[in-house]
Amino acid sequence: MRKLVVAGHGMVAHRLVEAVRAEDKSGEWQVVVLAEETRPAYDRVALTSYVDTWDPESLSLDGADYAGDSQVELRLGDAVASVDRSRKIVVTESGHEQPYDALVLATGSRPFVPPVPGHDLPGCFVYRTIEDLDAIREAAQRPGRGRRSAVVIGGGLLGLEAAKALRDMGLSPHVVEMAPRLMPLQVDEGGGGLLRRLITELDVTVHTGTSTDAIEPDGERYLARLGNGTELDVDLVVFSAGIRPRDDLARSSGLEVGARGGILVDKSCRTSDPAVYAIGECAAVAGKVYGIVAPGYAMAEVVAARLTGGEGTFPEPDMSTKLKLMGVDVASFGDAHAATEGALEVAFNDAVAGTYKKLVISDDSKTLLGGVLVGDASEFNTLRAMVGRPLPAEPGAILAPAGGGAAVGVDALPDAAQICSCNAVSKGAITHAITEEGCDSVAKIKGRTRAGTACGSCVPLLGKLLTACGVEQSKALCEHFPQSRAELFQILQATRISTFSEMIDRYGTGTGCALCKPAIASILATLGNGHILAGEQATLQDTNDKFLANLQRNGTYSVVPRIPGGEITPEKLMVIAQVAMDFGLYTKITGGQRIDLFGATVDQLPLIWRRLVDAGFESGHAYGKSLRTVKSCVGSTWCRYGVQDSVGLAIELELRYRGLRSPHKLKSAVSGCARECAEARSKDFGIIATDKGWNLYVGGNGGATPRHADLLVSEVDTETLIRTIDRFLMFYVRTADRLQRTAPWVEEMDGGLGHLRAVIVDDKLGICEDLDAAMAKHVGDYADEWRGVLEDPEKLAKFTSFVNAPGTPDPTISFRTEREQKVPVLLGIPEVKR
Amino acid sequence: MTTSIERTWTAICVAGAVPEWSGVAALLDDGGQVAIFRLPGGRWYALSNLDPVSGAAVLSRGIVGDAGGVPVVASPVYKERFDLRTGECLDAEGVSVEAYRVRVTGGVVEVEASP
Repeated sequence: MRKLVVAGHGMVAHRLVEAVRAEDKSGEWQVVVLAEETRPAYDRVALTSYVDTWDPESLSLDGADYAGDSQVELRLGDAVASVDRSRKIVVTESGHEQPYDALVLATGSRPFVPPVPGHDLPGCFVYRTIEDLDAIREAAQRPGRGRRSAVVIGGGLLGLEAAKALRDMGLSPHVVEMAPRLMPLQVDEGGGGLLRRLITELDVTVHTGTSTDAIEPDGERYLARLGNGTELDVDLVVFSAGIRPRDDLARSSGLEVGARGGILVDKSCRTSDPAVYAIGECAAVAGKVYGIVAPGYAMAEVVAARLTGGEGTFPEPDMSTKLKLMGVDVASFGDAHAATEGALEVAFNDAVAGTYKKLVISDDSKTLLGGVLVGDASEFNTLRAMVGRPLPAEPGAILAPAGGGAAVGVDALPDAAQICSCNAVSKGAITHAITEEGCDSVAKIKGRTRAGTACGSCVPLLGKLLTACGVEQSKALCEHFPQSRAELFQILQATRISTFSEMIDRYGTGTGCALCKPAIASILATLGNGHILAGEQATLQDTNDKFLANLQRNGTYSVVPRIPGGEITPEKLMVIAQVAMDFGLYTKITGGQRIDLFGATVDQLPLIWRRLVDAGFESGHAYGKSLRTVKSCVGSTWCRYGVQDSVGLAIELELRYRGLRSPHKLKSAVSGCARECAEARSKDFGIIATDKGWNLYVGGNGGATPRHADLLVSEVDTETLIRTIDRFLMFYVRTADRLQRTAPWVEEMDGGLGHLRAVIVDDKLGICEDLDAAMAKHVGDYADEWRGVLEDPEKLAKFTSFVNAPGTPDPTISFRTEREQKVPVLLGIPEVKR
Repeated sequence: MTTSIERTWTAICVAGAVPEWSGVAALLDDGGQVAIFRLPGGRWYALSNLDPVSGAAVLSRGIVGDAGGVPVVASPVYKERFDLRTGECLDAEGVSVEAYRVRVTGGVVEVEASP
């Protein structure tokens, strides 16, 4: 058995170990990984998303701890300190001597910090590791007055990522870039101009074409002096001015290094010592260092192939980049800067839509060489795959806005075209998986080919390839309706059909089910068709809506009266307490700042609500796919730090949107200052006060797939805020899928947040008047559902335990006491195989 | 040898008390519970009200519809569907609930159950 020693454990080193273990069928190599960091390799490309959760696990890479693989030993927190090539031994920081037969240096890079005076002050940070972000967070959370701000030195890809992270932490970021535009490596002047505009609109102040001359302490804060005379008052400074390869081990052990740094390797990634390889950002392949992950992965694959008897040489790397920053698409591919002799450029700059597209074409205008996309990069994958191939249409037609142009389809791509550049998966491999290996969903393609499992940007193309191969990805609501929920909404709205039976007769088949009945009942309710239990509608509702309460595991229900904004008088609290005591209900405070009363039987529900309605309460819709609560912090009325009346706004919003039936539940919150005590950014729509107005965030989610809401509009007045929320909600209830929360709805929207903003802020589709009218109708028509039941004997009659023994309680329900309250005694539940 | 189990018809309620496409729960003399469902065209079905998956007596509160033409009720707790004719569960192997015969005599719904 031979020893493979890997120095470093970043993404590329992990890929190497995985590839060696996959290729080394006979188990020839015993692998020892010596890592500097104290945690296994993680997804550094996604570092910025760490801010959403502050959970390092969210960045973990599958299998990076090699648990259960006895061929791999991972030593964390013990970096290689020196290499003795004559004895073929490495020595670690702790003094451990490790012999090797083959050594792979994967030590990565370090952030470059320019020698600006003051660069080593305590408020200066770099942006590379989880620990860096933890340190930035700690500094950002130090108490201070007003909105905190930060400056990022460097306006490249990483600098903008850092600015996003800082913004997500609630700071106002500045970005300083020496070049005349942002992301100078990826975009050209035209794209840079638009990018600057879009980024500025997102609350980031951009300073281009200027150096940073000094960082000076200024009391608790810092003063950043720019070369153009600007002085920025900031709380912290983040340097992201590029990276430098960590080639120290090569230098100290006498290996050759590149002229501009980096461990010099040939196309097989071998250093000047045949037993030593270098891969990733520390390596200089034929003198060139690559700072993105895809070429690093390619190097890992080359070395793995070489170690296991294969051939493999480093291919000409694809330096294409696509990223979404604060909702703004930026992409460049191939020869983006038209460096090829005679190259022609065709650009389309749509200032209204906020998109910029440029194609670089060969001098005979037949071959695509590269391009730049800003604002909308939906064609990135297809265009990138066509680089070096004949253009399928006139460049002008390809650039024209969607709908008008000859859009480039996946059909036009040859089989050899790379769809997933992270994992080097070709179109041919994916179509083979679909047609020959039975992959009929994006998830199955991912599992089989690994396409789409790294950065995910090619996932939409996987869907298109499925369609191109004749695999239908059904949007049908269920077996009874071939239409999607959005289509059913349009039909019901246009035809004014008001019953399920007419709908299924005309547009569906069969008699309906537990999927389509509540979905159509919900749409009917959104469109305003009277009480949700009126006539046939009662038979369409899920049990929660049917009994206007939440079914619990033992068949009893819980009751939640509305407490708008979480504000309640002591008198009303006493009513709730008295009702709970009189009916023997278990009480618990909910996460939405109200009170849940558990253990009510169906016959008790009207009796409980009679008391609650008489005391001025109304339905809280905790049972409905509808607005739940608008949570609030105490706001400027009481709080020393509050800058707006968050409670007042929360109550206004909760009363405005109560009862609105939607594809899924809706949650909201209002925070009175940037401290964000109401956790508004985890809500479907969240509002955070600033001293100038309100910031509106949309598409947030807690639950199993947490997501921070995105900033939709900033510092608007109350009227604009409410109008924007009206339109957001109406657009959502009309177009989302069944049970699709706003977070995936925003994420899956074609054109993303930019499109959403275009529709509901700029009225690109001309539907805002209609959305406004629909919300005005909802607000005007609102009536308390529980009052509606209490006033109608026919509806009241449904709240009966047994049709032949009304008033007799269900004998299977029983309770025991736990912590001084009653809780259900559960019946024996048989094991069920699904 | 044949075994006969004696069953009797128990009157439950008037037919008008059960709207089409819905169910009601009824208490039997032995403390058991049946869920009675009404579909259009005078089609009546009765199953045990006890959902074997959740253990709660709630099947009467499920949504009634069909699965590929088979009349079903979906449990309101975890949504398993049960064949209204046989009580067999479509979504969990080997799970079923008792199905009862049901008839309407003189406008009164009757269920055939063990005495």
